[in-house]
Amino acid sequence: MNWEPVIGLEIHIHLKTRTKMFCRCEVAYFEPENSLTCPVCLAHPGSLPVPNAKAIEWTIKLGLALDCEIAERAIFHRKNYFYPDNPKGYQISQYDEPLCRNGRLAVPGPDGDAEIGIVRAHLEEDAAKNVHVGGVEGRIGGATATLVDFNRAGAPLVEIVTQPDLRSADQARRFLQLLRQTIVELGISDAEMEKGSLRVDVNVSVRPEGSSELRTRTEMKNLNSFGFAARAIAREVERQIAVYEAGGEVEQETLHFDPGAESAPPLRSKEEAQDYRYFPEPDLVPVEPPRELVERLRAEVPESPATRIRRIAAELDHATAEELVTSGRDRLYERVSGDRRGVANVLMNQFAATGVDPNAVDPEELGKLIEARSRIPRDKFTEALAASGDAGFSAEPYLGDGLVADTGELEPIVEKILAANPGQVEAYRGGKEGLLGFFVGQVMKETQGKADPKVVNELLRQKLS
Amino acid sequence: MLHVAKLARLELTDEEVERFTEQLSAILEAVAKVSELDLAAVEPTAHPLDLVNVWAPDEPRPSLPVDDALANAPEREAGFFKVPPA
Amino acid sequence: MSLDTFRLTAEDAIGLVERGEASAAELHGAYLEAIGERDDELHAYLRTVDEADGTSIPIAFKDLISTRGVETTAGSKILAGYVPIYDATVATRCREAGLTLLGKTNMDEFAMGSSTENSAYGPTRNPWDPDRVPGGSSGGSAAAVAGGLAPWALGSDTGGSVKQPASLCGIVGLRPTYGTVSRYGIVAFASSLDQIGPMTKTVRDCALLYRIVAGRDRCDTTTVELPQPVEIPEREDLKGVRVGVPAELNEVEGIAPGVKAQVDRAIELCRELGAEVGETSLPRSVDYGLACYYLIAPSEASSNLARYDGVRYGLRVTGDDGVRAMYDRTRDAGFGDEPKRRIMLGTYALSSGYYEAYYGQAQRVRTLIAQEHAAAFEDFDVLVSPTSPTVAFELGEKTANPLAMYLSDVLTIPSNMAGLPGLSIPCGLSDGLPVGFQLIGPQFSENLLFHVGHALERAIGFDLVPGRLA
Repeated sequence: MNWEPVIGLEIHIHLKTRTKMFCRCEVAYFEPENSLTCPVCLAHPGSLPVPNAKAIEWTIKLGLALDCEIAERAIFHRKNYFYPDNPKGYQISQYDEPLCRNGRLAVPGPDGDAEIGIVRAHLEEDAAKNVHVGGVEGRIGGATATLVDFNRAGAPLVEIVTQPDLRSADQARRFLQLLRQTIVELGISDAEMEKGSLRVDVNVSVRPEGSSELRTRTEMKNLNSFGFAARAIAREVERQIAVYEAGGEVEQETLHFDPGAESAPPLRSKEEAQDYRYFPEPDLVPVEPPRELVERLRAEVPESPATRIRRIAAELDHATAEELVTSGRDRLYERVSGDRRGVANVLMNQFAATGVDPNAVDPEELGKLIEARSRIPRDKFTEALAASGDAGFSAEPYLGDGLVADTGELEPIVEKILAANPGQVEAYRGGKEGLLGFFVGQVMKETQGKADPKVVNELLRQKLS
Repeated sequence: MLHVAKLARLELTDEEVERFTEQLSAILEAVAKVSELDLAAVEPTAHPLDLVNVWAPDEPRPSLPVDDALANAPEREAGFFKVPPA
Repeated sequence: MSLDTFRLTAEDAIGLVERGEASAAELHGAYLEAIGERDDELHAYLRTVDEADGTSIPIAFKDLISTRGVETTAGSKILAGYVPIYDATVATRCREAGLTLLGKTNMDEFAMGSSTENSAYGPTRNPWDPDRVPGGSSGGSAAAVAGGLAPWALGSDTGGSVKQPASLCGIVGLRPTYGTVSRYGIVAFASSLDQIGPMTKTVRDCALLYRIVAGRDRCDTTTVELPQPVEIPEREDLKGVRVGVPAELNEVEGIAPGVKAQVDRAIELCRELGAEVGETSLPRSVDYGLACYYLIAPSEASSNLARYDGVRYGLRVTGDDGVRAMYDRTRDAGFGDEPKRRIMLGTYALSSGYYEAYYGQAQRVRTLIAQEHAAAFEDFDVLVSPTSPTVAFELGEKTANPLAMYLSDVLTIPSNMAGLPGLSIPCGLSDGLPVGFQLIGPQFSENLLFHVGHALERAIGFDLVPGRLA
């Protein structure tokens, strides 16, 4: 029996607005505890929420980048539950009238695109930070007290929910990379899992290949990197297949991972279905995004990574295209003229190694440099690349005298000359060292004077010895 | 009743459960009256006023000094609010 | 200084200060003195403020208005000792107008009640008869104004909590159009219904105070700018005003005959003053209003009261076990019976499986009520009725039966559900106790209500001083 994974993701990103979602406290990391609070985010009696206009705009923008329908009317709902990190006893979120719905993100592959459905993207506020003390390092079990810091409480979050359209751990990883890149290129979030500005929960189930059933799924939380997530997904898929093949049933469970120890087995829990008693937030009025706003935001959405991958793959190959785009060098690639494969290679290898910011580079100058690369000694070429991001960079000083110095290019010519003059070779080897000049001359003739004499000399000495 | 009390995080005594059950049943019966009406064609009122799109620019305002933030805390530890473990 | 604090209107007092005949501090002191003399009996105040830090006259605030540095309990044990670190917007506006805070007045816990008997700090007594309730939930503010213990006060109205106590204590109370007065800093009960309202001796005072507190607030996104400036009423006739008498509001079972008689007199007076008076109908608003209110208000309240968990402020009761037990015990110890009942009712009405039938349906009934009132306002400018079906009832009379208590609001609730303003003015006495006349207008019609109320007030000539204290 062949099985196929059925994977869906729930992603939360922190919008990098200056202030919180429903109050104007600043959002900042690493500030002293409870120094970024006010009556609103501390949920004092009588406090009321005031939405952050920028957060709403950026959510719409994200929806547009994900090809979503932007709601004509969106409202906020209260999600009611008790927990020390939830000061109001409810979280202001969105329920059945979110800002964005029915989108998609293409994950291009060598055999075409996989289109991953986006169910919705909505806006909500983050909870405070709980620090469990007294127990095992940072974990809930065995703690003697909880310390609460409300600096993060109320920070704006966008929740993105995908359809269960992902079919492999690797595809999930690539989807996350593309999603992350889309978000970062919009300028709305740093979306870094390690910093906590991107969180991913995964729902995994399996089913017989080709069927359309949806079996019991396992939820995985607290994964702290794309690689970790991919490995955890793969392991869970294997586990579920083994359960079914042994004749068993997969039970509904939530796996809480330990972000500090990847190999540690996750805590398994059966979370009771919570009744959140959603109802429309009476302290907030509906959001009806004006048409002009939506169109203005649409115009600000850059070309998607997937579109760029597809275009570049048409002239190169998929793997290179994907690497160029996900490494953020594709725009530079497209602006540098010259032989496509050559430019791509330099960008992916020597240029990448310099760490220079692709956005700082003058494409024309870089183009000249790359075009002349066979005539520039290796170390000089590297030096030039390293400086290519400097203001006012010019390729001119590095272009040299136009002499070909690339041993790769000259070696065959040298061999050709030697092969064509066996007598002189034997004579040289016999002791007539003056013949070196003859050979050099022949190479120079063959290369119409373009060969670098120093390099030619070196090569000849090697081959004649 | 007990399930609802749990959702609302109210620890009721047995006496309270008995008393409230009776009172709440009577009240529920009275309010259930609303289901007598056929209002399929009527939109629910979320707000008495027809307001939309009220929001504020993303500009910071001063936060509370930490001591004000913690002023009413039943228990604190350094700059944190302290509560029993979850 | 010797002041007749029973008769002194806010307008009079402001005049004294403006003419230099009394200073803000002197006035403040005079009221504190009166409170010292009479509040032991009435218990209108939960606490008073000694310093008169203002340039104008004093004012009393219902204890759910957050006052920075001054304890605010909302009448509950769960907020005992809570000292707000910020001011409600209405408090700021009063302060900026120079008013001095006299003290915080007693109320039904979390504004849930119609008699102020649900206060965790003991009931307030009606200045007209101390064995009777002042009404609720703003009973303390009403008793303070009626008992000469404040020139004016702010209360809050959700189901009738300004209008009904005003009616029972023989003073003026306005429940404003929803959205015209900020709720920022007001301990929330039911967000889509709560409004702060002036409680005063005269309609002109009411307009003066409304003018100070009303208007859009950037901290409350459910507020709007007033379409017209507030007018302090002058006219004493009602020519050109069409007065509607909705049958259902005036013939509800339970309206005491003595109340009906006074209200009928007031309606007759409208005719004499030149108004066109006619009958109208609100077919289902009265019949279904109470049920609608007692689904929506507790639902919103169950969520608004979830923040009282012992974590960041207020009461905390701990045991040996974890935070969930702390929540349970804190809330059980801190909330009285009425909040508990309403929290449970609301939690139930919102819970999965019941939402559509209860809360969802109630929100549709609400639309229906708004539509019925709008239809009536096509033919009439103002609708009238008694404010309360009865005069002040005895302490303890209705406490055993919550439903009986809820019925006190049957006449104030329907227009509240539609977000409409309502003014209650005293229109006479029945068995020596005040009867309130309710004037209901369309949204933003406060100026009209003030006009009608003022004209009637002049014509009725109700004596503000409680009979037994005259």
